[in-house]
Amino acid sequence: MSAGEIRVEINSDQDIVIARQKGRVMANELGFSSGDATLIATAISELARNIVSYARSGEIKLKGINGSNGVGIMVVASDAGPGIIDIRQALRDGFSTSGSLGLGLPGVRRLMDEFEITSQPGKGTMVAVKKWRQ
Amino acid sequence: MEVPILKQGAFLIATFQAALSDADLNQLRMGLVQQVVKFRSRAVIVDVTAMDVMDSFASRTLREIAHMIRLRGAETVIVGIQPEVAFAMVQLGLTLEGVATALDLEEGLAYLNEKFKITNRG
Repeated sequence: MSAGEIRVEINSDQDIVIARQKGRVMANELGFSSGDATLIATAISELARNIVSYARSGEIKLKGINGSNGVGIMVVASDAGPGIIDIRQALRDGFSTSGSLGLGLPGVRRLMDEFEITSQPGKGTMVAVKKWRQ
Repeated sequence: MEVPILKQGAFLIATFQAALSDADLNQLRMGLVQQVVKFRSRAVIVDVTAMDVMDSFASRTLREIAHMIRLRGAETVIVGIQPEVAFAMVQLGLTLEGVATALDLEEGLAYLNEKFKITNRG
């Protein structure tokens, strides 16, 4: 079932579309329902948008995974941007420093099953999310 | 990517594609408002049936389009939001408050025809 690993470089808004399309294709290949594939593609869109808005460039890594929960997909969004000083604040609904809606991270957290974020001010941010096939 | 805008009597119908980038959406926002002015349209139907992802940027742009068009004295109806897309939008906390929505193009036209009580003969 391994759909391998795909890396999508994120440098512009056009890459956001490419990343979410590739994510949907991989989710379909892994046997996710089309509803779940939509949730995954939407989460990828938000993560890629954060990269473009805050760090300008970075990458999205997509990977089929196996765990005790069965088959899943992992999405890792990483950048070498300014980083997040207060992660707790960034995870609160309605908080944004880029003039966007500020729903990105908490929204992504709700769309996916697992959510992990590490960020170092001045070094960059990495968000890893997983969703398991129902 | 070009978004076709069709003139149907006093209404405009814009059909969104699946793979619209932020730049496409921004361009569309301006294009639609300009067309509303040019044709003195009374309403715009935005058909998003083909959109498979509605993220925060896309829904904000739709809201902005609707508000700009309202300032022109016209109305916007968003039609064709797919059930899965609606589910994802709710999870993300995205709303289209104050913007009319309808099931599909047919329902959207019926809503506007009823509202404006005109026979839309093109």
